[in-house]
This record gives sequence, C-alpha cells and structure tokens, in this order.
Amino acid sequence: MPPRECEICHTNRAQILRPKNHARICAPCFIAIFEDEVAETVTSTNLFNPGERVAIGASGGKDSTVLASVLKTLNDRHNWGLDLVLLSIDEGITGYRDHSLEAVKRHSEQYDLPLKIVSYADLYGWSMDQVVAQVGKKGNCTYCGVFRRQALDRGAAMLGVGHVVTGHNADDVAETVLMNLLRGDLPRLSRATSIVTSTPSAALPENGEGEIKFTNVKRSKPLIYAYEKEIVMYAHHKKLDYFSTECIYSPEAFRGSARTLIKNLERIRPESILDVVRSGIDMAKLVPGAEEQNSQRACGGENKAAAAKTDEGDGLGGCGSSKESGGEMAAMEQKLLQDEEAQANGNEVEIKMPKKTVNSQNGVARDTQDAADAEIDVKNGQQQSPAQQTVPIRTKEEKKSRKRGKDAPPPKQKLGQCERCGYLSSQSVCKACVLLEGLNKARPRTGIEVGGGD
Amino acid sequence: MASTIPVKIEFTGGLEILFSHQRSHKIALPSSDPSTNQPANVGFLIDWLCKNLMKDPREDMFVLEGTVRPGILVLINDADWELEGQEAYELQAGDEVVFVSTLHGG
Repeated sequence: MPPRECEICHTNRAQILRPKNHARICAPCFIAIFEDEVAETVTSTNLFNPGERVAIGASGGKDSTVLASVLKTLNDRHNWGLDLVLLSIDEGITGYRDHSLEAVKRHSEQYDLPLKIVSYADLYGWSMDQVVAQVGKKGNCTYCGVFRRQALDRGAAMLGVGHVVTGHNADDVAETVLMNLLRGDLPRLSRATSIVTSTPSAALPENGEGEIKFTNVKRSKPLIYAYEKEIVMYAHHKKLDYFSTECIYSPEAFRGSARTLIKNLERIRPESILDVVRSGIDMAKLVPGAEEQNSQRACGGENKAAAAKTDEGDGLGGCGSSKESGGEMAAMEQKLLQDEEAQANGNEVEIKMPKKTVNSQNGVARDTQDAADAEIDVKNGQQQSPAQQTVPIRTKEEKKSRKRGKDAPPPKQKLGQCERCGYLSSQSVCKACVLLEGLNKARPRTGIEVGGGD
Repeated sequence: MASTIPVKIEFTGGLEILFSHQRSHKIALPSSDPSTNQPANVGFLIDWLCKNLMKDPREDMFVLEGTVRPGILVLINDADWELEGQEAYELQAGDEVVFVSTLHGG
C-alpha cells in the first residue's frame, strides 16, 4: 500500500479518502477542513447577517444533525453572533418521527440550542398516520411534502425567525438535478441548485414593521457542497448521535433510481456528484427567469420575487419526497394541476361579483383593468402565469406571451396568497388547502380549518 | 475445522435493521476462506456476514453485484476501506469493521 500518513499534518495515519479530490487525510484534519469548507460556503455567499436569528430544520437524521453541530461550532468559533434554534416538524408518524424527535431533543440539550416542535395535527388537523389511513400509502408523500414546506415556515414565524437552514447536501442536490433533468422540469432544477431559495416577501404588501410572517421566510442549504459521505464521516468521527430509520411510509424511496444512479457514479468517479451539482447550476442560468434567481444567489437572496417559492415543496425534508421514484409524484402533481385548472375555471364565474374582496384576499394589487384582462384571458382558454409557472414544457402560448413581454414591461408573476390560509401561492387556493379540502370532504366531520391563520 | 479469528463488527446508519436490530457484534470468523484457501479478507467477511449474521431477507440492501451496496461506507479500524485495500484487506485478530449506510433519511 502507498504511504498511509495524512497528507495535511504528515503525522497521523490517513483515515479518510476525500471524494472530491482523493486526498488521504486523518480524522482531526478532516473535521477541521470540513468545518472550514462550510464556513467558506457561508461567508462567500453572505448567507447570514450578523446577529440573525436562524432556525435549523432538524429531523434528527444525519444531515440536520451535522448541520446543527457544524453551525453551532462555527458560530462560536467565528463569532458570527447567530441566534440559532432547532425547528422540528412532527408529521405524526408513529414509530418513525416520534423516535427521531427524541434524537432532536437530545441535540437540543447537547448543543444548548432551544427547540420548537410544530405538528401537522396542530397545523392541519391531520397527522400523517391519519392521512395514510385515509388515502393509503400511495401518494401520501405528496401530502407530507406539501404540508412540510408550510409547516417549517409557520414554525419559523412562530419563533420570530426569518431564515430556515436545511441539511440538503451535494448528493441530494445532484439527485434532484438528475430527476428534474429526466422529467424535463428545468424550473425546479434551477431552484434545487440555488443555495438560497427565494424570498417572495417583496411581492407582498408590507405588514407591520419587520414582523416575521410565515410568507417571507428565507430558506438556505449551507451543506450544498458537502458530500453525503463526508457528512456521515463527520458524524462518525465526531461521534454525533443521529437517527437513521427510513420513513415507514416510503420504503420504496430507498430505491429511488436517481439516488442509485448517483451512488453508482460516485463509486466509479466520486467527482461526478459535485460535477452534476455544478452542471445543474450552469443549466439553471439558462432557465427563463434565471437572471433573478442568479442575482439572488449572488446577493444572498434579498427579494426578487419572480423566482417564486411556490407551495409545492421542492423535495424538502428527511423523507421520501426527493428520493421517491418520479412517476408517482409526477402523477400526483398532474392531478393537482388539473384540480388547479378546474379551480381557475370556477373563478371565471366568481370573479365578477366580489372583485374587491377577491383582490384583498389575494393580497395582490390588481386594478380593475387587469382583472378584466385576466378574465378575458381565462375565457380564451389562455392559462395565466400560474400555469406558466407549473407547466414544465414551454408551449406556443407561453412563447407568445413571452414575446409580448419583451415590448411591454415584463409580465409580473401573479404570486399572491392563498385565500384560505394566506400562504404564498400562485393559485387562489394553495396546494396544502386543496389537499386538505379533499381530506376533509372525505372525513365525516365538519368544521376543520387550516390552523395557524397567523 | 480451521481456526477462527475474533473480529468486531458494527452496523450503523440504518443497517442495524438487517442484523437483528443490533449495532455491535463480536464474531468468530474462519481464519481462511474455504473456497480459496486464502486468509480471510474483507470480501470473504461480507459474504460470511450475509450467510451467517443477516436475519433479514433483504440482502440487496447490503450487497449488490458481489460487493457492498454503493452508498454504504466501510471503515476498517476507523479508516476508509478504500485506504486499506477494500475487499482484499486481510483481517487480523481484533480488527474492527464498521458498515455505515448513507442511504437512510436525513
């Protein structure tokens, strides 16, 4: 065997082969360099403001555990002055989340960080166990993903925190890039590669002074350039205790083909993972509307709402949504899209009467002329911007409207608020509310409302 | 029967479920591979674990195409097995081998 001493300190025995550059280094040098690289990612992207309150989306799994440990360490070491809190979502999955939350509670003590747990049952009146009892195991990941996105934002707002960090790593992002490439969904590919996902607060009326609403919570992923392998190695060598059982409702997620492909590639050529991430970032620049997103990435994500944090959940969180085989998810989303279209058509009738109330409910400043135009557009069967946003393939209609946009001021994205719960939505009713409506209809009980309401 | 060597095995990151939900195991590994008459190496160990220690039928969650499934890290005495020769590493008495899955939820 070639010399086995650490390439950095030249004293200890090499224990780690770094996937990104094949460096052979010892555990202490590895821990130091891993932390330095995360710090570099944070500082080079101006991810945090000094003194910022930041919630760490904590599932108790390896990624969020390492994220919490590293951020706590770096915050103390570099005097970033961040006010860190742990934020956990209790989906209500017996035998899975209840155990992982125990891990988060331990982390809260070990890292001396306060912990907030927000449950689906409180927010939506439905735990995932109940959802699964209602809809079955197929497709339940869609509910979980859509609900989680809002739950993190609502939890953050309850804590008065405007920024949530998640443990997404380079492997996750590479996986999402591949999946969206295979599905032809470039807008979502673009969102996945951005270290900060958009802050649509600028599109919304300013309420109060500096008060955190659950509709303007910033999201970021400080571990975007960290290999899953290195995250696990970091946890191992720092002896971090984390929870690692697959969600009981998504056993097939384990076999997600994009994931398998990524892991197979890694074995042959470990650089592939970061190369896919890099390719994704470059491709994202070619996606329509990318300028806004790119400037966002560069400037640390202050507003530029067009990129739109939609309410569909971009494969967040520790569960299957991002790891699931594409077909099921795509089918479900297709169904959602149809529901939305139906909804839009329904509005055609309603728009006329309560014009004012609709406007104010949506929170979108829209004058009468615009509303009338919108009406005509719908009647002509031209789907409006909401459809443009979700339809992955550019249609003729869209091309036309894009051309129009060149002469006229660029078409403003009609990102409004859900008229029921107030969450950001390109539709009058957000996906979570649509899903909830379906659930509640089937339940022989009335009076269940979306919780929170802010 | 030939002699055995004591080896400490650990499964983490979710692999425990395949091995009676038990993280640490102390095994007595045959000191040589009967099919080749060569000293026991990690390749032989992996095969032996599948046949003798795994209690779960889902072998493909541990082994694929004759080697450890991609995404499972192997540490030999706390060092990446890629630094130690992977399957070819010949086990010594008292060695510790850790299998860590990176495939489970984060």
